Amino acid sequence: MEFEAVIGLEVHVQLKTRTKMFTRVAQGFGEDPNTLTDPVIMGLPGVLPVLNLAAIEQSVKVGLIFDSEIPEVCKWDRKNYFYPDSPKNYQITQFDQPICVGGRVEVELVGESRNVMGEHRFVALTRAHLEEDVGKLTHFEQDSLIDYNRAGTPLLEIVTEPDLHTPEEAVAFLQSLRMHLVAAGISDCDMEKGQMRCDANVSVRPSGSSVLNKRTEMKNLNTISGVKNAIAYEVRRQTKVYQQGGSIVQETRRWDADAGMTTSMRSKEEAHDYRYFPDPDLMPVRLPRERIEALRTELPERVFDRQRRYQKDYDLPYTLTSVICFDHELAAYFERAMAAYNGNPKALANYIANELQRERSAAAGEGMLAMAEVKMEPEALAALVEVIDAGVISKQVAKDVLIAMFQTGKHPSVIIEEKGLKDDTDTDQLEAICREAVAGNAKAAGEFRAGNDKAINSFIGPIMKATRGKANPAVVQQLLRKVLAE
Amino acid sequence: MSDSLIFSSAADLAALLSAKELSAVELIKAFLARIDAVEDRVQAFLHLDREDALKQAAASDARRSAGEVRSPLDGIPVAIKDAIAVKGQPLTAASRILSNFVSPYDATVTSKLRAAGAIVIGRLNMDEFAMGSSTENSSVKPTANPWDLSRIPGGSSGGSAAAVAAGESPLTLGSDTGGSIRQPAALCGVVGLKPTYGLVSRYGLAAFASSLDQIGPLGRTVEDCALLLQAIAGHEARDSTSLNEPLPDYAAETVQKPEKWTLGIPSEYFAEGLDPEVREAVEKAIQWYREQGCTIREVTLPHTHLAVATYYVISTAEASSNLARYDGIRYGVRAEGAENGIDLYFKSRGQGFGPEVKRRIILGTYVLSSGYYDAYYLRAQKVRTLIRQDFLNAFKEVDALITPTTPTVAFKRGEKAGDPLAMYLSDIYTISVNLAGLPGISLPCGFSQDKLPIGLQLIGRPLDEARLLRMAHSYQQAHRWSRQTPNL
Repeated sequence: MEFEAVIGLEVHVQLKTRTKMFTRVAQGFGEDPNTLTDPVIMGLPGVLPVLNLAAIEQSVKVGLIFDSEIPEVCKWDRKNYFYPDSPKNYQITQFDQPICVGGRVEVELVGESRNVMGEHRFVALTRAHLEEDVGKLTHFEQDSLIDYNRAGTPLLEIVTEPDLHTPEEAVAFLQSLRMHLVAAGISDCDMEKGQMRCDANVSVRPSGSSVLNKRTEMKNLNTISGVKNAIAYEVRRQTKVYQQGGSIVQETRRWDADAGMTTSMRSKEEAHDYRYFPDPDLMPVRLPRERIEALRTELPERVFDRQRRYQKDYDLPYTLTSVICFDHELAAYFERAMAAYNGNPKALANYIANELQRERSAAAGEGMLAMAEVKMEPEALAALVEVIDAGVISKQVAKDVLIAMFQTGKHPSVIIEEKGLKDDTDTDQLEAICREAVAGNAKAAGEFRAGNDKAINSFIGPIMKATRGKANPAVVQQLLRKVLAE
Repeated sequence: MSDSLIFSSAADLAALLSAKELSAVELIKAFLARIDAVEDRVQAFLHLDREDALKQAAASDARRSAGEVRSPLDGIPVAIKDAIAVKGQPLTAASRILSNFVSPYDATVTSKLRAAGAIVIGRLNMDEFAMGSSTENSSVKPTANPWDLSRIPGGSSGGSAAAVAAGESPLTLGSDTGGSIRQPAALCGVVGLKPTYGLVSRYGLAAFASSLDQIGPLGRTVEDCALLLQAIAGHEARDSTSLNEPLPDYAAETVQKPEKWTLGIPSEYFAEGLDPEVREAVEKAIQWYREQGCTIREVTLPHTHLAVATYYVISTAEASSNLARYDGIRYGVRAEGAENGIDLYFKSRGQGFGPEVKRRIILGTYVLSSGYYDAYYLRAQKVRTLIRQDFLNAFKEVDALITPTTPTVAFKRGEKAGDPLAMYLSDIYTISVNLAGLPGISLPCGFSQDKLPIGLQLIGRPLDEARLLRMAHSYQQAHRWSRQTPNL
């Protein structure tokens, strides 16, 4: 029997607000332990939570990006359980009236090759709700230490329907989610810093069946590849169990990346009763429609919408859009450059996706030079494309100009002037040079006239030499053919 | 002189300070001397920093000399219930689990008192985590009723009421969740006010039941309570349940000419269980209002009989969650010899909490638990709405309700301690007021044969403290109950 997997993801995203969810302490990562705390974070006697409005607005934006419903009212509940990383021994969360309901995330599945667009589909969301993060426990041999810096950080928990069916789809979902959230400034989604965490619910069933079998919940998936491998392992494990006539226990399992396997953490008997009840210290939140619509205007264009637009309006191929559109900084750079000169989107896109990226990589020891530190302004790059199109310099010359622009931040016209790179050979002069070249190579001229088009290339070398490389190849081609046709 | 000083109203003391007939240092010394004289018997204080009190008084005098008096309370001592945070002072809520805890921050009311120039003194005894009606649940010691040392002062703000009654402080702050200001005020013969829910910020009050708790003033006179209410009331951003309404001038409103109000007598509050002496004193008070031209009307609050049950479901549920933080991990007392994490929780909380606290945590956990939430907690919240509606309906006909504060006078120490339910029923007239979020004031209206104080309660519309104070003040002005003092 063939089996298929049914996968749902619960993704916790740390919102990029300045302060924490229920108190005005800065949030952060990597600070000295227990320095980003105050009486509210530490759960001292007498303290009370106060809602961070920025967290609400960020969450509404997420809902808007993914076409969720934003109910008029949402509220807060207490999730009661004892654990040392939870200062109040209850977590403030949203149980039955979350801030976002439903929605869908567009994902691109892996294509045949890197250069070909993969299939697109929508992954359905169940809901998204806000809650506060807990502290960090570190275990040693004799004891454990707790750092409450992370406690109270705003978390948006995004839950998918059991709508995914392969580990690759799960990866595609996480990547799309990350792209959209980073572009909108909601979160940096850096999994290494715990800004995005993923739990996976996995079950299997006979292929084509619509039954939902018992599922296991997997935790400790710390990287995207961890998510992929854990899901793959669990699907294999469950399939084997069913094939051997066994049954799956509904439980939580822990992914061990080193061992490459999941192990049982808790069984159903110990399932927690969280005794949810509405938090009496907080008022329900009422979101006026006008405010929601105002937030909508602050959203960037959706990633795949933009990609489709570039394809349609600018005829940009996937190889370029997949670089520019999937990186919001490059997209912003492209948009600014287009605003300055929109005569040649393809050339612009090419320079960004290839030359700019190459230079950024070369400039940094590891990784890429940050866009904020790139000296070459998008308007300057646009100007470069413009002068090439105007025939002021050749593409060959432009390559060197670009490198100089990247290194100095100077405008192309300045560099061209400084280095005397202008192709100021006038057309008559150039035509004369072409005639000389043709006259100097009767053999090639004869071959060309006999029908060998490639023979024209023999003239290029001498012409370029005579013009010190500045001649515009397109113009040279034009003039050569004119001369040869005489 | 000293004797009349310690039993003077805060308003009179403020006048003396203002007239420079007395310095704040002299004043605090008089109270410190009184505390030294009677504390061995009253036992109202858990902690008292005399040096700090003298320093504050000296600062007040310096302000006065410089012409920088902050408010009518500048230089007046206000003693604080040990559930309210004062930076640098212990905050124990009379519990063993917090016996080593010193607060690193000020409650909002504390900051406001300091801004008013009041002398913030002492930590007053209470039932542990405000759970009780007699202060016998304090993990440290019981407090005595100054009128009869063999009797309880009421609770949970027993220390707050006894201190005023004994002349140890002219003003105190207490907290009221089901009657914990009004009931001890009645049993100790002083005035106590529970404000409308949300009028006074709860930030810095060790929480018992979040939707019921309110901090309020206790004093010898209604006018004094008005002064203290003025200092502590008002919207505050750190309490999300804090109301954002303009405040009247309570002190000015209090002494306005009384009106011919319409007062309601809820029939359910004058049924069985009410001590005949209490009934008689309260009926005499009602008669007095009638003689002043007020209209007295019988009203009904039909869901009264459900109030105690509703209260003990909702308050314990909230408390079970609010007290979860006391685990000895970040602060407070951590038990020794725990074998593992879970054991640490069991031992710390097992040793740190008293029996009544445990009882309520268990009850609260139960009513929230899976399978029982709908039948208990959810249902209780629905009944709560009905109880509130009863009051709002009554207020369509009347300006305020007039009732006894307690069914009996102060009972003997140990008399109800072994019977939690009997203890719970002593809050029967005060509890609904918290469930409905209304303001309520208790003031003295007589004494029993055994010379034990009897309290009269007035219950008002939401945010109608000014009218309540005026009603109470007019009664108090015409009677001499508050002039009597206990023989200590």
